[in-house]
Amino acid sequence: MSAATILSLPDQSTARIPKMNFITKENGLLSWLLTSDHKRIATLYLISITFFFFIGGALAGLIRLELLTPQSDLMAADTYNKVFSMHGLIMVFFFLVPSVPATIGNFLVPMMVGAKDLALPKINLLSWYLYVIAGIMMIYTMAVGGVDTGWTFTTPLSTHYLNTHVVSAALSVFVAGFSSILTGLNFIVTIHKMRCPGMTWFRLPLFLWSNYAAAILMVLGTPVLAITLTLVALERVFHIGVFDPAFGGDPLLFQHLFWFYSHPAVYIMILPGFGVISEVVSTFSRKRVFGYTAVAFSSVAIAVFAFFVWAHHMFIMGISNYAALVFSLLTMMVAVPSAIKIFNWSFTLYKGSVTFETPMLYSIGFMGLFTIGGMTGVFLGSTGTDIHLTETYFVVAHFHFVMVGGMLMAFLSGIHFWWPKWTGRMYPEKISQLAALITFIGFNLTFFPQFILGTLGMPRRYAAYPPEFQVLNVFSTAGATVLGVGYLLPILYLTWSLKYGAIAGDNPWQATGLEWQTQSPPLTENFAEIPIMDHEAYDYEWLEKQNRARQQQEEVV
Amino acid sequence: MDHISPVLWQFLDKWLEHFQLYPPEASKIAPQMDALYFFMVLVSLVGLTIVTLLIVAFSILYNKKRHPHAVQIEGSTLLEATWTIIPLGIFLVIFVWGALLYFRIYTPPANAMNIYVVGKQWMWKIEHPGGQHEINALHIPTGQPIQLTIISQDVFHSFSIPAFRVKREAIPGRYTSAWFEATTPGTYHLFCTQYCGTNHSQMIGEVVVMTPDDFKKWLAGSTSGNSLAMDGERLFASLSCNACHNSRPDARGPNLVNVYDSSLTLSTGQTVTADDAYLRQAILNPSQNITQGYSPIMPTYQGQVSEEGVIALVEYIKNLDSDYRVQETLNTTDIPPNETAPSPGQKPAAQKEVKP
Amino acid sequence: MSDSTTVANNALAEEHHEHPSYQRHHFETVDQQFDATNFAMWLFLLTEIMFFGGLFVAYMIMRNWYYPAFVEGSHQLSIFWGTANTAVLIISSFTMAMSVWSAEVRRKGLLLLFLCLTFLFGLVFLGIKGIEWHEKWEKFHVPGLRYSEQAFLNPASDPEVYKEYHDQPLSPDMAQKTQEYFFLYFAMTGMHALHMLIGVSILVFMIIRAKHGAYTSGHVTFVENFGLYWHFVDIIWIYLFALLYLISRH
Ligand code: HEA
Ligand code: HEA
Ligand code: HEC
Ligand code: CUA
Ligand SMILES: [Cu+2]
Repeated sequence: MSAATILSLPDQSTARIPKMNFITKENGLLSWLLTSDHKRIATLYLISITFFFFIGGALAGLIRLELLTPQSDLMAADTYNKVFSMHGLIMVFFFLVPSVPATIGNFLVPMMVGAKDLALPKINLLSWYLYVIAGIMMIYTMAVGGVDTGWTFTTPLSTHYLNTHVVSAALSVFVAGFSSILTGLNFIVTIHKMRCPGMTWFRLPLFLWSNYAAAILMVLGTPVLAITLTLVALERVFHIGVFDPAFGGDPLLFQHLFWFYSHPAVYIMILPGFGVISEVVSTFSRKRVFGYTAVAFSSVAIAVFAFFVWAHHMFIMGISNYAALVFSLLTMMVAVPSAIKIFNWSFTLYKGSVTFETPMLYSIGFMGLFTIGGMTGVFLGSTGTDIHLTETYFVVAHFHFVMVGGMLMAFLSGIHFWWPKWTGRMYPEKISQLAALITFIGFNLTFFPQFILGTLGMPRRYAAYPPEFQVLNVFSTAGATVLGVGYLLPILYLTWSLKYGAIAGDNPWQATGLEWQTQSPPLTENFAEIPIMDHEAYDYEWLEKQNRARQQQEEVV
Repeated sequence: MDHISPVLWQFLDKWLEHFQLYPPEASKIAPQMDALYFFMVLVSLVGLTIVTLLIVAFSILYNKKRHPHAVQIEGSTLLEATWTIIPLGIFLVIFVWGALLYFRIYTPPANAMNIYVVGKQWMWKIEHPGGQHEINALHIPTGQPIQLTIISQDVFHSFSIPAFRVKREAIPGRYTSAWFEATTPGTYHLFCTQYCGTNHSQMIGEVVVMTPDDFKKWLAGSTSGNSLAMDGERLFASLSCNACHNSRPDARGPNLVNVYDSSLTLSTGQTVTADDAYLRQAILNPSQNITQGYSPIMPTYQGQVSEEGVIALVEYIKNLDSDYRVQETLNTTDIPPNETAPSPGQKPAAQKEVKP
Repeated sequence: MSDSTTVANNALAEEHHEHPSYQRHHFETVDQQFDATNFAMWLFLLTEIMFFGGLFVAYMIMRNWYYPAFVEGSHQLSIFWGTANTAVLIISSFTMAMSVWSAEVRRKGLLLLFLCLTFLFGLVFLGIKGIEWHEKWEKFHVPGLRYSEQAFLNPASDPEVYKEYHDQPLSPDMAQKTQEYFFLYFAMTGMHALHMLIGVSILVFMIIRAKHGAYTSGHVTFVENFGLYWHFVDIIWIYLFALLYLISRH
């Protein structure tokens, strides 16, 4: 596999990491904590979300261990409830939502538009601090006993029937929400106002289109979550409120408001991943993304439709049959743009010159797993079958396929792809390919059995379950162990590569984006001089011309 | 194979023997649901195969070794239109098919027998019209459409019977309903599928499907002597509802005979149908909808009657249009002879033939 | 576009000497900086609209369900104070607009005057809000903490309001729903007051900076964006005033 490669590393005996770069510019902890450099903030984010991923992962490990046996023997039922609630909350709000946008996006958006920084660098730093404060609140919540509402905060359970730390958890998510609003806002402004000369909308890399779409969702959706959680907290503190049926409130109102955010949120969680896939697939096929405009507009279409399908989480909750009809129809509509993307990416390989470095492996994994995850989303979007499948492990499998098989794969793909740019060094190729393979296998073993479990009717959020479901659960737990290894490996070898990795040079992948035209790691200002975009996105012929020109120059010298 | 732990081996063996991909089909709707389900599985498999084939084939054909120079292609409007329209078409088929099923499951037929379900942390309470109470179990006959009227007295729950492919949320403060017709006698799982607090996973029970004869015996064996409507009548008297609702000309409240399923004009000029939900609201939040011609003097009974009490009252009011006493004493031991015959308390017109 | 690149290149070469001091290093031109921050402010206001939107939706639904309770609840609000507060806010919007203008024409004295006035009106608004809330507390209309349905079960017991509206007594279950009204009243006005509080704090900060001549040297972005925020909070209040105080009068 790795025989064919586009890697073009500089001569390792002479190559050196540029002395002046954003990492070496200043030293000391304070220079990091007070930085306004988007690349440093991205690094801070990367470290923090990795931390939360491992907490969330450890909790996932506990879930799977508990479900090894039908009885709730490892932990009591209420402990189990806390574990999966904290798992969901941490993974969604502290890992997946900020994963690609706040790390890779933060790192790349200014470079891709050819700017020196995001439009509002201080706001960007503020957003990281909000994230940290929210994170500390979440850890506090966990330390004092956790919360067992599920990540969905369902009322009136969360407001009146639980005596766990709902308020601090809700406030934590509230603050994390503002962190993500600020990131989204920054992206939109940067993409609108900071593009370098020649960077027209249709020359934007697709990564920017999809992050732009996600940013719209963040800016418009998240405040609704914020106000909803505020109301939950108020209701809990004062024992009166708009969601409590005992006082004439409407518990379904909560569902509407919550899902009005949380459905768009699932696209916040996948759109930036789509962007990564576009970049990676194009680079490793040495080819323009097939149907650039279709891929770009499908992101926007998803962002628009995403706001009108929220009630598909409520099909069995007593909304009117006709409302269910409309929301089901719109759900089908929102699925189409994703299908377009998948096919466009597949056809990007057509007549390309394909190689299979780690980022590409993850991306291919993404395409397969996301197709399964997405298609099962359609099962759930179809009102009739949703009656049977909702609130079972089928849903759990669906969203892990799109979130873990989709977004997490995309995230790993992106991290590997831009690692040389970020650190100036390559990760070790062989072992990372192995890790990608392990992840893929482990993933399928973990979550595929859950589709069958769900079809058989096993309800989600069950600490104990009827014994006939055990075997499939054992498979799933076994898979999770493999998956854990698959995720542990990158941490190890990426850390190793910080010191021992091969020097990467400016453009190891021979990719076309502006970020590859500058040194790695980049300068604090990103570019020595403001770049001028004089070619289309993914113009490999332009790149070849560039390379030839440079060679000639060197020969002359 | 002795290096595999014998325990693991045993249950692998057992599992393979009972291996199944979907739960038993024990209701009329189940095979219909499964048909759609397997259609979608098929579509997904085809879709996945196409995507996989494309990726694998292109990966091999246009591998760098074989195809060192990429040919730049902009895209193809025709192809893109194809993979927009075909998935859209398929999704629309799935949508329509699913919607048909959905309407079928959530629109009970007129002749269904009504059973009330009350969810509470963490048990299911079931009220048969004949006055039989059950906890965490539901006994039903085959061949008879059963309508469930579901409510929760605290948080959200969800009443799920996988073998019937039926599930409906139990919501505090409002009735929801679903129906099914069991086909195969047996015992099936009953789950609460909406997360409802600590013992959510203990809120399970069983659904026992019996032949009509067995069911008749069961009904007779577990009757408390009073039908649900009779309970309601007793409550009606003890809460002194009849102080106002007594059909006398000078009564302060409207006459409740025949009120069920009739259309009422409210003081705001709106018209509403007096269904179960309306009756419940009228008892607990009387001033929210004032019937035209009456003043809002009816006190609220919130906090004074339990959900089961309300159900009994509602059942009583529903049956006021017929001589329910005769009906119900018949029905504590009897079920309607066949599908087409109406069940008690549903359609006033149909009741006449049973009157003595 | 091309001249902006030249500017940029010059700037790099000459290490920022050509820029006005307030231009942040990562912008190419002052115009771009202004454009970007202004655009960001509008986006932020969009977020705020969605934020209050959630509350408005809840209010509309509850009002529709419990119409009589909401009507009689709103009779408890003082139109006098509400109108006064609306006037105060509109005037403060005017003084805020004048502050922006003063900054634009670089008149430090005027700017300080108008900022101080805006600040003052902001405080007056919060003060009046405080009076109103205090009155609710006195009359046992703070749901969850201090609540009594007396005024709705027996409107005559509250002669002041009764004199004006001649409300019918509400039935007990409807009277209970007045709590929903007051819950939303406090949630909405509280959220609004929080925004006012933040605004007033920023005003203090601005007054101090303006004293040192910060906004009168041609860089008015901050004042202008704050102005947008202030007008936005004003507009939200006008909606609140209409929904909470006015639409239930008859
Ligand atoms: C990243 C997150 C993510 C993404 C992208 C999606 C994508 C989709 N989701 Fe998912 N979803 C979640 C995360 C996500 N979801 C979560 C977290 C929940 C549970 C919340 C909870 O209750 O806790 C959930 C729950 C959920 C439900 C509610 C289930 C229930 O509780 O009853 C529904 C119902 O409609 C649904 C539908 C969909 C659909 C239609 C898509 C579509 O966007 C998918 C579109 C993609 C495709 C369709 C695949 C590509 C298609 C092809 C390659 C074509 C194949 C070929 C042919 C057809 C010829 N999702
Ligand atoms: C981004 C989102 C995300 C991610 C990445 C994951 C990752 C995983 N999830 Fe999670 N999950 C959710 C989001 C996510 N989940 C959500 C939103 C819910 C719903 C919660 C709710 O119902 O409210 C949920 C619920 C959920 C359930 C259902 C619980 C229930 O309903 O009862 C299960 C059960 O198997 C599960 C399993 C897993 C597993 C095995 C992984 C694996 O992919 C994780 C693998 C990673 C590691 C294992 C960490 C790396 C390794 C180490 C740190 C070494 C140490 C390891 C151990 C100690 C084991 N998850
Ligand atoms: C003080 C007199 C009074 C008592 C006691 C009373 N009601 Fe009523 N009820 C009324 C009046 C008046 C109306 C019509 C106005 C309205 O809709 O609120 C009414 C309406 C109803 C309705 C709605 C039917 C319709 O035509 O609008 C139902 C159902 C009902 N009552 C049931 C009961 C039950 C059950 C009880 C006892 C638990 C009860 N009532 C006790 C006075 C009373
Ligand atoms: Cu009741 Cu879960
Ligand atoms: Cu959704």
